[in-house]
Amino acid sequence: MRQNSFLHRVFDLYYDGFRSMRLGRTLWAIILIKLFIIFVVLKIFFFPNFLKQNAKGDEAGYVATELTERAIP
Amino acid sequence: MLQNLYLNIDAGTIDWSRAQFALTAIYHWLFVPLTLGLAVIMGIVETKYYRTRDEFWKNAAKFWQKLFGINFAMGVATGIILEFEFGTNWSNYSWFVGDIFGAPLAVEGIVAFFMESTFVAVMFFGWKKVSPGFHLASTWLTGLGATISAWWILVANAWMQYPVGCEFNPDTMRNEMVSFAEVALSPFAIDKFCHTVISSWIIGAIFCVAVCCWYLMKNREVKLATESLKIGVWVGLIAAVLAGATGHKSAQSVGEVQPMKLAAMEALYNGGEDQGLTAIAWVNPFCQPDYANEEAAPLKLEMPYALSFMATNDIHGYVPGINDILNGYTKPDGTVEPSVDEKIARGKKAIEALAAYRQAKFNSSDDGSIAAAHLKVLQENMQYFGYGYIKDKNDIVPFIPVNFWAFRIMVGLGCVFILYFLVMLLLMYDIPFLSIFTRRLLATIGLLPETMADAPKQLTGLPSWHYWTAIILVPLAYIASECGWLVAEFGRQPWTIQDMLPTWAAVSDLNAGSVALTFILFLILFSTMLAVEINILLKQIKKGPEL
Repeated sequence: MRQNSFLHRVFDLYYDGFRSMRLGRTLWAIILIKLFIIFVVLKIFFFPNFLKQNAKGDEAGYVATELTERAIP
Repeated sequence: MLQNLYLNIDAGTIDWSRAQFALTAIYHWLFVPLTLGLAVIMGIVETKYYRTRDEFWKNAAKFWQKLFGINFAMGVATGIILEFEFGTNWSNYSWFVGDIFGAPLAVEGIVAFFMESTFVAVMFFGWKKVSPGFHLASTWLTGLGATISAWWILVANAWMQYPVGCEFNPDTMRNEMVSFAEVALSPFAIDKFCHTVISSWIIGAIFCVAVCCWYLMKNREVKLATESLKIGVWVGLIAAVLAGATGHKSAQSVGEVQPMKLAAMEALYNGGEDQGLTAIAWVNPFCQPDYANEEAAPLKLEMPYALSFMATNDIHGYVPGINDILNGYTKPDGTVEPSVDEKIARGKKAIEALAAYRQAKFNSSDDGSIAAAHLKVLQENMQYFGYGYIKDKNDIVPFIPVNFWAFRIMVGLGCVFILYFLVMLLLMYDIPFLSIFTRRLLATIGLLPETMADAPKQLTGLPSWHYWTAIILVPLAYIASECGWLVAEFGRQPWTIQDMLPTWAAVSDLNAGSVALTFILFLILFSTMLAVEINILLKQIKKGPEL
């Protein structure tokens, strides 16, 4: 990669930026912990795709039954 | 309101799901307005640097960008949890309207990721790497990216309040988008966006003013505090006045498409022409008033004609009350709004036709004529589909006390902010007559030492109450902002989508206990994260700018 090329300058911006971070390191650590909690813990254990689990491939049919039966017992 | 939190399982599921969504949205909204508001402050400060090339402004810009960065980092991804909740707790809703609702959310995700992440990086890492002009542009574009993100989220929210640009497909059981432009440029969305974003600038301005006042109280960073204070006060005053104007426009939109919300905000039981705006009245905060039998809320003090003007731009305009909406009324243009009982009957017809249509459609013996007949009935009554789930007409009346008081707190605090910024402006500048008058007035009532009464522009050495007021305004600004959302969201109950789907049809058939568990888990998680953020922010403020 040539020193003056656009890609090199972009790489250099991020490389230098991340290397010289101080408060940023703490913030990135918090962001990563947060993303882990959200996408790994919460999503997998607490927020399953309800329709995928219950509709067995016929989401439209499942929702139609739910919506009509809740109005017409 | 949330009367079913520990009653039978179905009702519990609805209320815990609502409570969980509200908790997540309120938490997310702690970060968004400060991001939008501080973006303006840091943009102006850096513009000052660009124009003067004075290192002081560069350090000031870096300081405000650092505080912006902390808030930005803490807010990242907190909104994603809302999308998880759609898929788990609100699966009927997600399927029913996901095609439309998902589009603005997807655009928001792409814009947020590419625009904000690119320009945020240039803003923080690029001081020595790019030209001052490019850096300034990146700072403003970071703020613009956040504002555009807010636009798409508010488009999605506005669509729930005023569903346009869609058509229901009974085969797929989905509402499908027929006009992206109608959804993206809905007048309701535009009004909501203007009011929400501008009110967010107030939070940014008050935060800026509070930080500056804290420095002035400690008699440190005096130049940064004095100069930034001027920017904060001007942004705050302009934003607060504009928030009033956009609030008026928002109220008009609500009056047109969600008259029940407006009636609940005003505790207007019986409407009519020449309606006054309630300044204050006794509405018990804990129980629903007897709107069917009371003429008006007790001890009502009103501003004549103001409600008619607020809702219709005409002091003699007609504003329907709760009972009018329940029993049906005739609009000034002659159109008749049916009673809720009639809407319920037509909604039931629509749902029955939907069930019959699907049965005929998937029955091989039908040549298509039976299905077509049911489809016709469905289409004729689709406008009132959601009313088919309503058992009693009173179920469509939102909890009035929350709407009534939240609206008054929001507007009242908005007036306090305008007054505060005006006083600050008069203290900061030497405006002929007015500045001295304000100082002397404050001295007369004992809020300013006599020695300072004739010393314009003096901002240091003021009595500490003066600085504490600014600091106290920070939580009050958040309360005002969250109250705005309470009005918007409680006011449209019981609908998740106005007139189309009430909460009890939209919610998934989950165990209430599991939703309650995640609610408590979130409460702990969010409280911890908030404590961490406040801690980091305060530490950086105490540290001050790096010179």
